[in-house]
Amino acid sequence: MHDVIENGNLGLGAAAADRGALWRVWRNAFPFVVVGAIWEAIAHLGLFPAQLFPPLETIAAVFVRLTASGVLPHHAFDTLIRLTAGFALAAVFGIAAGVLMGRSRRAEDILLPLVSIGAPIPGLAYAPLFLLWFGPGNVPAVALVAFVSAFPIIYNSWTGVKAVKEIWLRSAQAMSADDRRLFRHVIVPGALPYIVTGLRLGLAQAWRILVAVEMLAAVPWGLGWLIFGAQEFLNTDVMLAGIAVIALIGLGLEKFVFQPLENFTIVRWGMMT
Amino acid sequence: MTPMRALPWRSESLRRGALTLIVAAALYEAPARSGYLPPALTPTLGDIAHTLFASLADGTMLLHAAATLYRVVVGFGCAVAVGLPLGVMMGRFRAVENFVLPLTSALMPIPSLAWVPVFILWFGLGNTVSVLIVFYAALFPMLLNTWTGVRAVNPIWLRAAGAMGANEHALFWKVIIPGASPFIIAGLRQSFLRSWIAVIGAEMLAGSDWGLGWVIFDAKEFLDTDMMLASLIVIGCIGFVTERLVFGSIERATIYRWGMARSARG
Repeated sequence: MHDVIENGNLGLGAAAADRGALWRVWRNAFPFVVVGAIWEAIAHLGLFPAQLFPPLETIAAVFVRLTASGVLPHHAFDTLIRLTAGFALAAVFGIAAGVLMGRSRRAEDILLPLVSIGAPIPGLAYAPLFLLWFGPGNVPAVALVAFVSAFPIIYNSWTGVKAVKEIWLRSAQAMSADDRRLFRHVIVPGALPYIVTGLRLGLAQAWRILVAVEMLAAVPWGLGWLIFGAQEFLNTDVMLAGIAVIALIGLGLEKFVFQPLENFTIVRWGMMT
Repeated sequence: MTPMRALPWRSESLRRGALTLIVAAALYEAPARSGYLPPALTPTLGDIAHTLFASLADGTMLLHAAATLYRVVVGFGCAVAVGLPLGVMMGRFRAVENFVLPLTSALMPIPSLAWVPVFILWFGLGNTVSVLIVFYAALFPMLLNTWTGVRAVNPIWLRAAGAMGANEHALFWKVIIPGASPFIIAGLRQSFLRSWIAVIGAEMLAGSDWGLGWVIFDAKEFLDTDMMLASLIVIGCIGFVTERLVFGSIERATIYRWGMARSARG
């Protein structure tokens, strides 16, 4: 995986540390003010039908209304459940397969051809196939998310276990570590930075694909379905409110999942893979 | 997927790998032929191969692939044309960085495919939607990698070149661009991967008669599973070829030749 920056730390505000906090807030808000003003101008000039290009206050009103009535939280909750379920499956099976491939030559020979055939096909291309095999609903959505996010996890765990230095293994063995202790105290800590990177990449891929899967799989609740369903009724304001929630969840994942994971590995091991 | 290249292909591994594939194929073929599963859902490998060759021979598959590639190339090209200069400017000018970065960090976490329904309403079904989705998907990796690359250029090189009397123009073309190139190439690669995923999804949701994503989605309506699997194979092959051959050779011709092993993480 060649992700240099995968929803990574953008270093916001680091350069402005010498000026006031107020200035920093303004500096980050300013682009949004400009874009918002342009949006408002276009919406109010009436160049496009208001149905298709609603002004921001309409979107905000819809957002508040749907949040208050509990519709939006319900959609968001179901999306998050699917994300968690799919990702958890991928993490368990991906790490197990990757570690096995790293440790055993036989497992590597058996699994690697399968993994390298599956990996270059964009996961979304399997969606109709999964829908045919599992029927519409939650099962194909979760299965596809798990399937897609498993690949980076497998690759990275495999690479991580292989990257454990031979000399660490031998010195641990020389100090009479048995297999279990070798695994727990040498291989796992050695491979963990890679595994964490794999989990981060896998979660990012799962997130990117989930919304589209929800659109295709006709699930009863979910942000993707909310947006796609709103299209039928030309409810552009609902769609944009849904996208705002998606952006918020994405930012939340980045702030509270990806960055802590990354900091955790950097601080703990002083390395980044 | 770099580790693949380093894999030593011993004959033992090759034999076991081939054996795995044969066993996997047999495991698929046995239930497919047994009649317990509906043949419409699990066509035999022979059927899939037959469909694949038939559609390749009469040219429909090639036309679908061409439509998809056209959308990817246009969207990806536009993303590079915008992302590369903008990323360089972000790296060079603080004002541009201050303006673009907050917007980027707000838009980037939104999966590109979430915009499909909105774009369909705005632009109607057809090519425009797919191209724009590809553009959206490819823009941010390009932008951020270029920006990081320009900022990662060793300041000593800049000062050394300046001390040797390089003007802005020479500094830009001889120092900054080559110095940032490992990141830029990683960005191109990542952008292409994202475009490839995005185009399939966009074609499924905003289908317009041609395109590999549309074929798969359309085949589902008619339980045409062998056609779906045949298109999956074509999609996989195109993705594999561009990833390995195109970007692999770009990498070999540039950063490996210049002796700049990729310093990027990941």
